[in-house]
Amino acid sequence: MEYVIIIISAVFVNNIVLTQFLGICPFLGVSNKVSTAMGMGAAVVFVMTLATLMTYLAQQYLLVPLHIEFMQTVTFILVIAALVQMVEIILKKISPALYQALGIFLPLITTNCAVLGVAILVVTKEFTFGGTPAMLNLPQAVVYTASMAVGFAVALIIFAGMREQMDLQGVPKPFRGVPIALITAGILAMAFMGFSGIV
Amino acid sequence: MNKIKLILKGIIKENPTFVLVLGMCPTLGTTTSAMNGMGMGLATTFVLMLSNMVISSMARMIPEKVRIPAYVVVIAVFVTVVQLVMQAYVPALYETLGLFIPLIVVNCIVLGRAEAYASKNSVFDSFLDGLGIGLGFTLSLTVLGAVRELLGSGSFFGHKIIAGDGMLIFILAPGAFIALGYLMVLFNKFKSKKA
Repeated sequence: MEYVIIIISAVFVNNIVLTQFLGICPFLGVSNKVSTAMGMGAAVVFVMTLATLMTYLAQQYLLVPLHIEFMQTVTFILVIAALVQMVEIILKKISPALYQALGIFLPLITTNCAVLGVAILVVTKEFTFGGTPAMLNLPQAVVYTASMAVGFAVALIIFAGMREQMDLQGVPKPFRGVPIALITAGILAMAFMGFSGIV
Repeated sequence: MNKIKLILKGIIKENPTFVLVLGMCPTLGTTTSAMNGMGMGLATTFVLMLSNMVISSMARMIPEKVRIPAYVVVIAVFVTVVQLVMQAYVPALYETLGLFIPLIVVNCIVLGRAEAYASKNSVFDSFLDGLGIGLGFTLSLTVLGAVRELLGSGSFFGHKIIAGDGMLIFILAPGAFIALGYLMVLFNKFKSKKA
């Protein structure tokens, strides 16, 4: 039950893009076509889950025992950058097909603030899932992160679908490009507000 | 004269928010009021100036292949400094901005300036460039924050101007997207008239 609450809360109620404003750059940047949006979504789900697993362990077994929590930002960004590089190299060797599909998105992910944002959120924030607020344990953290990433993919794919339709419309000149995309995203965010209060 | 131009270009011609469309996450996430937007902008400006200076002075020593990780570490160090200083002196602001302070590390503006400007120019010029871009960012965030605060709660920098509750939607997430979208439309309109 606890996991169901975590998943619904992370995918819909606290959607990472539309309510927490993380990962807006790729959300605006790679949402021109549904197919690229799907590729990016898959790459983010994969990298974010792995990255949070690593940073969670780094926090629990390195930073906390050594009392150097203030090094969190530096450590996390290095772990994420190294991980993305490693995933790229391994993927190239093991599965060239997957590399072809995800490859171009991987470098973009290092500077995706959603990855670092969720990694920090998971180790610092207390969550309430029907009971007293507590820190997430490892399995909960992984499920939470994966659902956050799925939430990102869902928002990205819906948004890409809307933008594909919008390309066919005559948009007034000052609105073209980013402004109309932002206004559309605002309306989409309003729709997602409907989910608040479910959990 | 040239030096002044260097600062001014960051505010209008290369405005990071309205022209380059970089650093959208803090722009949307922290501008629930004019004060919060300004605080976020100033924190970013501080990191930009110092990281630009250090990177421009070290650029010749860093091997080409590891330059991005090296830049990121320099930026992360200054972000940690900002984090600790804000925690000590403005704890209330630090609480509101929360996650977005450590996230300055992955703000595309900071890394972008390091790569595009600081690595190729003198230390003093890089400092001025950081200051200009930072001020442009601060200005955009303050304006967006002020608009959202005025529409959302009827106040300006915390002072109540319009009676009543205002439109709550502008303080919430959708309002951020919509307000920024319309501000960009105005900016485009103004720019095309000038040209």
